[in-house]
Amino acid sequence: MSAATKHDLGDVILRVEDLHKRYGKDEILRGVTFELRRGETKVVIGPSGTGKSTLLRCINQLSVPDKGRVWLEDVEITHARTNINRVRAQIGFVFQDFNLFNHLTALHNVSLGLIKVKKMPKGAALRRAREELARVGLAAKENSYPAELSGGQKQRVSIARALAMDPKLILFDEPTSALDPELIGEVLEVMIQLARGGMTMIVVSHEMGFARAVADRIIFMEGGGILEEGTPSDLFTCPRCERTGQFLRKITELYGETDGQ
Amino acid sequence: MSAAEILWQNVRPLFGALPVTLEVLGLLLVIGLTLGTVLAFAQAYGRRPLRYLCIGYEQLFRGIPPLVVLLFYWGVLQSFDTPRVLVAALALGMRSAAYQSQIFRGAIQAVPPGQMMAARSLGMSRLQAIRSVIVPQAFRLAIPPWTNEYSSVVKDTAFICVIGGLIDLTRQALMKVAPLSMRRPVGTQLILPYLIILGLFYLALTYGGNGLLAMLERRMRIPGFEMKGKVER
Repeated sequence: MSAATKHDLGDVILRVEDLHKRYGKDEILRGVTFELRRGETKVVIGPSGTGKSTLLRCINQLSVPDKGRVWLEDVEITHARTNINRVRAQIGFVFQDFNLFNHLTALHNVSLGLIKVKKMPKGAALRRAREELARVGLAAKENSYPAELSGGQKQRVSIARALAMDPKLILFDEPTSALDPELIGEVLEVMIQLARGGMTMIVVSHEMGFARAVADRIIFMEGGGILEEGTPSDLFTCPRCERTGQFLRKITELYGETDGQ
Repeated sequence: MSAAEILWQNVRPLFGALPVTLEVLGLLLVIGLTLGTVLAFAQAYGRRPLRYLCIGYEQLFRGIPPLVVLLFYWGVLQSFDTPRVLVAALALGMRSAAYQSQIFRGAIQAVPPGQMMAARSLGMSRLQAIRSVIVPQAFRLAIPPWTNEYSSVVKDTAFICVIGGLIDLTRQALMKVAPLSMRRPVGTQLILPYLIILGLFYLALTYGGNGLLAMLERRMRIPGFEMKGKVER
């Protein structure tokens, strides 16, 4: 086993069962099933157009799956009677293009959810928001608007925004794909820290260095389904599927092995 | 009596008529703003039949000259004893609502879809997201085009002179022009300057209003959020 598993994984926190999603004629997800354990970092890789982002969105119902079920602990998220807002408040989501609230400062981007969703008093929310900004190394930027931040800084604010909600897990949708190469490191560093601190997360990413360093398990997706799942060493050294090996070699060639340190 | 005295004698009543124009303008803006906002949200977020209804409303009111709308409303409403100011404001306000709804709908739809998605991903309801994320951004985007619409409706208020017994700026001026034209030669020479003064009243309203709106725009300005190619007043 690789050095990745530095902590014991807990019980199952998220269960995804036979997810299907179709956009028009294209079936993007064709039956995806997996489990996520508390404290686990799962990295999802695979060629583009394979449904990785759709999978993340179907987990917290930003896209409603056509078929299949998702449980967060013992709550079935996909059940019609589930209060989806309450569930989403427990699942952080970090977008590829940040989606920071353009009209709010970094501080208020982080505190908005605390005030509106968690109904936290303003003072306490701002205190908490400052703590989270400090955690991602942006204490000095609390009064900056998104337009005044670099891509890397924006993404760190958006991670702080997710963290402030005390989520049970965080979904990262290609968090470094929209960044200039020299800004990727600062974001990966924050994510590595989170992973090592025991945060439960699913990360769609092509950063193989990151995957090697902190993934407990890697999922390889292709054609709307999971082709292979295993520990990084399993997949990197002897993938069971020839296709996984091919993809990994190609991606390593393309992106190198920066581990963001 | 000197020419200046005659002119002043005729200009003074314009100040008396100004409140009527202002009342109609204020009321029509409130009606247009309220109805325009409702129409915009119905179009941006409503279900299909509602959306079509709004589009129908818009097409109707944007396609008819303001003068015709006014005459129609006056014709229908005077039999119900509706106050004249209200008739005028309703006619022009409902027309302006059609234009304003386009401004607001455009502003709402100009907010990137990711903003709504991010808000929902935090657990906000749709309504919460609209209120605390979409509206504050759309509002800023709407100010410059709304300034345009403001100037436009100020000038539309001149049409209310067709409503019998409603003495607004233009109506008052027209009432004075006839007697002036009888006072040859001084009176006829004064007609042109007199109409220029009437124009200045409207200019003051548009200029003043646009100034206030530009101030609002500056006050609400956020880095990276200014409208590109915005309208300078």
